[in-house]
Amino acid sequence: MKWFDYAAPASLSEAVGLLTAHPGARLLAGGTDLLVQLRAGRKETDLVVDAKHIPELNAISYDAARGLTLGASVPCYRIYKDKNVTGAYPALAEVASLIGGTQIQGRASIGGNLCNAAPSADSVPLLIALHGTCRIAGPRGSREIAVEDFCTAPGRTVLQPGELLVSLHLPPPAPHSGARYLRFIPRNEMDIAVAGAGVEVVLENGRFRSARVALSSVAPTPLYVREAGEALAGSPVDEASIAAAAEIARKSAKPITDMRGTADYRSHLCAVLTRRALEAAVLRARGKN
Amino acid sequence: MKTQEYTVVGTRPIRHDGVDKVTGRALYGADFQMAGLLYGHILRSPHAHARIRRIDTSKAEQLPGVKAVVTAGDFPEVPERMVDLGEGDTPLSYARGNVLAKGKVLYKGHAIAAVAATSVHVAEEAAGLIEVDYEVLPCVLTAPEAMQDGAAILHDDLKTKEFGEQTGRVSNVAEHFRYAMGDIEAGFAQAEVMVEREFNTATVHQGYIEPHNATALWNNDGRILVWCSTQGSFSVRDVTACLLDVPVSRVRVTPMEIGGGFGGKIPVYLEPVAALLSKKTGKPVKIVMSRKDVFEGSGPTPGSHMKVKIGARKDGRITAAQAYLAYEAGAYPGAMVAPGAMCVFAAYDIANVVIDGFDVVVNKPSTAAYRAPGATNAAFAAESVVDEIAEKLGIDPLDFRLKNAAKEGTRRADGPKYRRIGCVEVIEAMKNHPHYTAPLGGPHRGRGVAIGFWFNVGLPSSCTISVSADGTVNLVEGSTDIGGTRTSIAMQAAEVLGIPAEDVHPTVVDTDSVGFTAVTGGSRTTFATGWAAYEAAQDVVRQMKERAAKIWETEAASVALDRGVFQSGDKRMTFQELAAKLDQTGGPVVGRGAVNPRGVGGSFSGCIADVEVDPETGKVTILRFTSVQDAGKAIHPSYVEGQMQGGSVQGIGWALNEEYFMNDAGSMTNSSLLDYRMPTALDLPMIDTVIVEVPNPGHPFGARGVGEANIVPPPGAIANAIYRAAGVRMNRLPMNPPAIMQAIWSQRD
Repeated sequence: MKWFDYAAPASLSEAVGLLTAHPGARLLAGGTDLLVQLRAGRKETDLVVDAKHIPELNAISYDAARGLTLGASVPCYRIYKDKNVTGAYPALAEVASLIGGTQIQGRASIGGNLCNAAPSADSVPLLIALHGTCRIAGPRGSREIAVEDFCTAPGRTVLQPGELLVSLHLPPPAPHSGARYLRFIPRNEMDIAVAGAGVEVVLENGRFRSARVALSSVAPTPLYVREAGEALAGSPVDEASIAAAAEIARKSAKPITDMRGTADYRSHLCAVLTRRALEAAVLRARGKN
Repeated sequence: MKTQEYTVVGTRPIRHDGVDKVTGRALYGADFQMAGLLYGHILRSPHAHARIRRIDTSKAEQLPGVKAVVTAGDFPEVPERMVDLGEGDTPLSYARGNVLAKGKVLYKGHAIAAVAATSVHVAEEAAGLIEVDYEVLPCVLTAPEAMQDGAAILHDDLKTKEFGEQTGRVSNVAEHFRYAMGDIEAGFAQAEVMVEREFNTATVHQGYIEPHNATALWNNDGRILVWCSTQGSFSVRDVTACLLDVPVSRVRVTPMEIGGGFGGKIPVYLEPVAALLSKKTGKPVKIVMSRKDVFEGSGPTPGSHMKVKIGARKDGRITAAQAYLAYEAGAYPGAMVAPGAMCVFAAYDIANVVIDGFDVVVNKPSTAAYRAPGATNAAFAAESVVDEIAEKLGIDPLDFRLKNAAKEGTRRADGPKYRRIGCVEVIEAMKNHPHYTAPLGGPHRGRGVAIGFWFNVGLPSSCTISVSADGTVNLVEGSTDIGGTRTSIAMQAAEVLGIPAEDVHPTVVDTDSVGFTAVTGGSRTTFATGWAAYEAAQDVVRQMKERAAKIWETEAASVALDRGVFQSGDKRMTFQELAAKLDQTGGPVVGRGAVNPRGVGGSFSGCIADVEVDPETGKVTILRFTSVQDAGKAIHPSYVEGQMQGGSVQGIGWALNEEYFMNDAGSMTNSSLLDYRMPTALDLPMIDTVIVEVPNPGHPFGARGVGEANIVPPPGAIANAIYRAAGVRMNRLPMNPPAIMQAIWSQRD
């Protein structure tokens, strides 16, 4: 690991100024990815900018009418201990407790999980399914973008020089809605998803009013499978509809073969996990889980 | 044979090193600090196979903070010769070559050069400034590939030895040997059922938590002082001295606490390099491997390609068995295939046997021992075929094994006849365990069994015991403690002396301070160093009796020691009382024990595994697991159980997910604990243990080594359980979810 400077700006404008002046700077939220990458020599930087002292990045706020605003560096433990989150977004609380072990959850953030832009990021498919949007600040002011459009390639995002992710926003949950993220790992904990599926369903009179499906670890970025949700919308809540959506997910996946699994196996898992996640989300929407 | 009643042996005292270990005060190799310490970093090859055309270290040397750079050229020039580094003769150039490559790199991660600097970060940066000009060569990664005609050759000077004879043929096969007994063709002709299967197993790592480390100081008096974490301080001394071409007396090795070894901390990697850097700088130099270095640059255990054929009569008797075992040695010969070949059918009494073994070099790290080295691969193959035969015959798998079990007098294909062994008793204990008949309780579940064997070894050990005036004793030994052996050794001394285990203070000391003691390996430490402690304690007793006789003005021969009380006629004195009188009766009492015991007792182990297989994902959950092992006499039953649980867990990891995942260029793509996927506590049930005690007639307390046999059966047992749960016979390790799914799909097609 090479030497680097460290700065801890106390405001968003100071942070944007630092990042603009040092194009090679790296933003540190929990550091659970960045520090490992720096130590392993996978990334190099002259300046680490700590985001933990910027108020906007550390706040959680919830409003039943406007939804949830989640500061980009709020650590996972604050998310799954937040009563509003566990009440309105139980699937988000589950995902926050899925990432890493207890010590990691004390530092790691959902914003960081997104900015690290790993195809395997556990929180991202669920954020996509929950209609998440990103608020980005930069030298030319702030902008918003859908979570599914944020990652552009493994380790790459839409963030331009000087920009940083400020917060994530989730709309309030619709009535009779349920969400769930399921991943497959060969071990039971402390593992990277071989494949994952995040879904949200909204039910109405025994049919899907709408649905969203997103996948992890089966494409260069977390993958929003719009067609799966569109196929479900208006369909009866039954095995056949769910199987059809799972099949669309399987076909949409573009996985590679690596040490975590073969391409065929991952495609197969997409169908299995999408089906299982949809079944669980339906139960949740019906208030049964 | 009944086990004798003992006072200390067989009890469960708290371990002597326990407090320091649970409070974090115990000092491991990486904790070592010294004034003026420099930090080393090793430059490793990015290629699996390449010729080194040129190494330019000038830019690295110019980086501020860099104090020295060394390469293979810094070893003193000596003519090529054969050296024995504890695992048979090997050319000195091979032994040195694995520590610092000369001429060629043979695997990705092969050490090429090392830097010493004022900080580890500077050393790391400097290593990146070393320019190496490579001519990249094609690589071979598996035994079958390496054995093909026209395969890339690793060593131009490696000529195949066949059936003990030099063939003069250059190839990647270092040796082909055969063990044969009876008439194999006649044996198969008698068979009414026959099963022949092919198996492949991946390279796996021991997975000790503490990375390799070494600090060396080439002192001004010419002595080389080493502090490191090792399974054998004397072996580090001897190898370091050999590679540096100095007499062994010039090297002193101080063993630090060791965070796991399992065979992998027998080889020497860093010590000679740290010593060369220290020689150049005059300062102590410490080198600690990263996890990636450990995976890529230390010694995993061989991957293998195997064929096993077994024939049996309808009455359940095996008539013949044949095995073909090709093991990957890694970069240098020595794949531990011979022990695999000796163990493959070791649990069975079979008249007609042929076993062919091949030691094959490939472009992967040079392999090292791993807990019963070679036996687990072979048992996976043999126990899978045994299970299939029993199924075809409609015989219960344990009954089938009982019918063919090795006993006292059974001859193994490699020659030896068994003395008293506990194979039958282990299988009977499995059969009688409630686990074997418990309902499985759900769909997609299955139960599998397997058994396995490991020889254990003796080898030299030394020990001294000094009596303190308060009636306690200090025990000095040279076996580094990886499994609670300070305590199991101290207990054997305590038993002889008739004092509590807590009154024996064991210390593991440096190589200047105790007699030669071989490595902590081969399940030998409790057996052999325990025996040295037994002898040293006997020596103390003999001297103490003389002191008592002196006080009582009688003959020493009339003094007896019974449970810590010396007596002669109506005179009595406790060990403590007599210990307080040593100064007045002639001075200190120091006992010594030095042994090279022959009475090694092999250990049999078996396990019962219940699994559930998710038919949609292929994921295996271990529901219940029982390990059974013959300990001879369990000196400290808790540590025997700990060994059984540890071996079982490593066997489960080997079975299910662990593997060196190599890309086509010969690079390991999962060299982190995240992606290497050893099982964690969350992946395992409590491992039940059953200690069987069939005393070893060759040990004072009947002990058999227990560290290794327990890892041998789990992969076979789990494969057999998966078959019953999912209907697929897995013929490869690891049996990971994609592989199981693939097998399920293939069966449907």
